[in-house]
Amino acid sequence: MLSVEKLHSAYGRIEVLHGVDLEVNSGEIVTVVGANGAGKTTLLKCLSGIQPVTGGRIDFRGEAITTVPAFKRLARGLSQSPEGRQIFTNLSVEENLRLGAFLFSDERVTADMDDAFAMFPILKQKRNQMAGGLSGGQQQMLAIARALMGRPHCLLLDEPSMGLAPLLVAQIFEVVESLKARDVTVLLVEQNAFGALKIADRGYVMETGRVTMSGTAADLIADPRIREAYLGI
Amino acid sequence: MDALMQFLLSGMTVGAVYALVALGFTIIYNASDVVNFAQGEFVMLGGMITVFAHAAGLPLPLAALIAIVLTALVGVALNKLAIEPARGAPVVSLIIITIGASIVIRGAAQLIFDKQLHRFPSFSGDEPIRLLGAAILPQSLWVVGGAFFIFIGLWVFFTKTLTGKAVLATANNRLAAQLVGINTGWVMTLSFSLSAAIGALAGVLVTPITLVAYDVGVGLALKGFAAAMLGGMGNPKGALVGGILLGLLEAMTAGYLSSQYKDAVAFIVILAVLFAMPQGIFGAKRTERV
Ligand SMILES: Nc1ncnc2c1ncn2[C@@H]1O[C@H](COP(=O)(O)OP(=O)(O)OP(=O)(O)O)[C@@H](O)[C@H]1O
Ligand SMILES: [Mg+2]
Repeated sequence: MLSVEKLHSAYGRIEVLHGVDLEVNSGEIVTVVGANGAGKTTLLKCLSGIQPVTGGRIDFRGEAITTVPAFKRLARGLSQSPEGRQIFTNLSVEENLRLGAFLFSDERVTADMDDAFAMFPILKQKRNQMAGGLSGGQQQMLAIARALMGRPHCLLLDEPSMGLAPLLVAQIFEVVESLKARDVTVLLVEQNAFGALKIADRGYVMETGRVTMSGTAADLIADPRIREAYLGI
Repeated sequence: MDALMQFLLSGMTVGAVYALVALGFTIIYNASDVVNFAQGEFVMLGGMITVFAHAAGLPLPLAALIAIVLTALVGVALNKLAIEPARGAPVVSLIIITIGASIVIRGAAQLIFDKQLHRFPSFSGDEPIRLLGAAILPQSLWVVGGAFFIFIGLWVFFTKTLTGKAVLATANNRLAAQLVGINTGWVMTLSFSLSAAIGALAGVLVTPITLVAYDVGVGLALKGFAAAMLGGMGNPKGALVGGILLGLLEAMTAGYLSSQYKDAVAFIVILAVLFAMPQGIFGAKRTERV
């Protein structure tokens, strides 16, 4: 579904991705874990097109999308719930969701919105409130729900558990896991490596702009190096 | 009583023009957070191009249409040549760029056209209509009607249409807008052309009353800006109410005090209002949590 080959990216003159290789197969949940500043967010931004690529290639569903502008990637089925949520703060919850389906104007939009409300009932309660007034957890739910409104084949999630209370974290991970049943492939970036590996099929470990380890989630959880460095066990 | 009515009517007319300029500010501000000080130049171009196209023998409606379309193109050019290349610069720099652009447009107009005052005939004659003991020019009704019509159109656009919401979304969070599939470059082009077209329309409507010259844009931009601030920047309703209020204030001051004081009184009132309500009358109270 998604294949990344020798990807390089830089902020100004400072290269922060030094040739990342990564593969996500259809129907999988794949996670990328790594410490602060490893380049996980930069990788996702390259995939969604809001960060320029300086080398390498990105293939999505059999086509090169390396140079496709960001706003055209959702139409190809690639959606992102970005770091920091990036919801439309001065629009209502409902308007945020409607804009998630900006590309569509058929009846399915209403059905999808009902789906989103079923997934996150609190959003239904707050549907007419300004999104900027939501709590952090609610904003995260909105960001995920908005990304799903675009009917993605593949969803890129950047640290959905960041800054949330443990109960909410569990709820978010449950939702991510449930996406499998909806035929949505997931690439999940997390600092909460344990939580992410528990629901993932496979995982990659990133350190300072490189993939240093990869394997099935079960193998990674069992690996002593990972346990020490990322799981705090 | 008759005098009051007269002042109200002339205040409404002037206010409608300010409202149209303020609505132009609103659109570009909503799309980009930029206050476009070349907005007054769009009004000037609308009037001037119509004058010269009409003088060249074109019927008035066609001349006006050409003026609106050409001005919209100037708006697009302003975005492409001046605003877009500076993307990522602080908003203050962009605002200064628009001030620079207004100087350039004014200079070009002076060269291409001339420095004279011009007008073209009123749309429905110059016979005043009697209204509750006062007189109003038919052209004034055109101006007020035009402002109201544009206001309704914009209100529907921003609150009821997905495209309008895409404009708001682009202003609120450009990155997220791209992620949901909005072509933000196109949104900017749309906003600048729409805003310029509305400015030009204001120029077309008001020229038979106030006349037009290459330098009328400066004052209009200031008044329109004041009106938009008074009503609450970014809110079409605020632009309309702010514009009309400002026009009425000026007319009352000119009528009951002296026209010498009308600008000063208007600005003092605005400062007082903004002191009490920094976001303007309809300004959004921003509720953001970090
Ligand atoms: N906008 C930026 N400008 C310059 N450098 C940046 C920018 N964003 C990130 N960086 C740098 O790029 C590197 C990778 O950052 P990135 O945000 O991709 O890491 P991350 O793995 O997502 O970290 P975190 O877990 O903290 O979110 C870091 O060294 C960071 O300082
Ligand atoms: Mg990150």
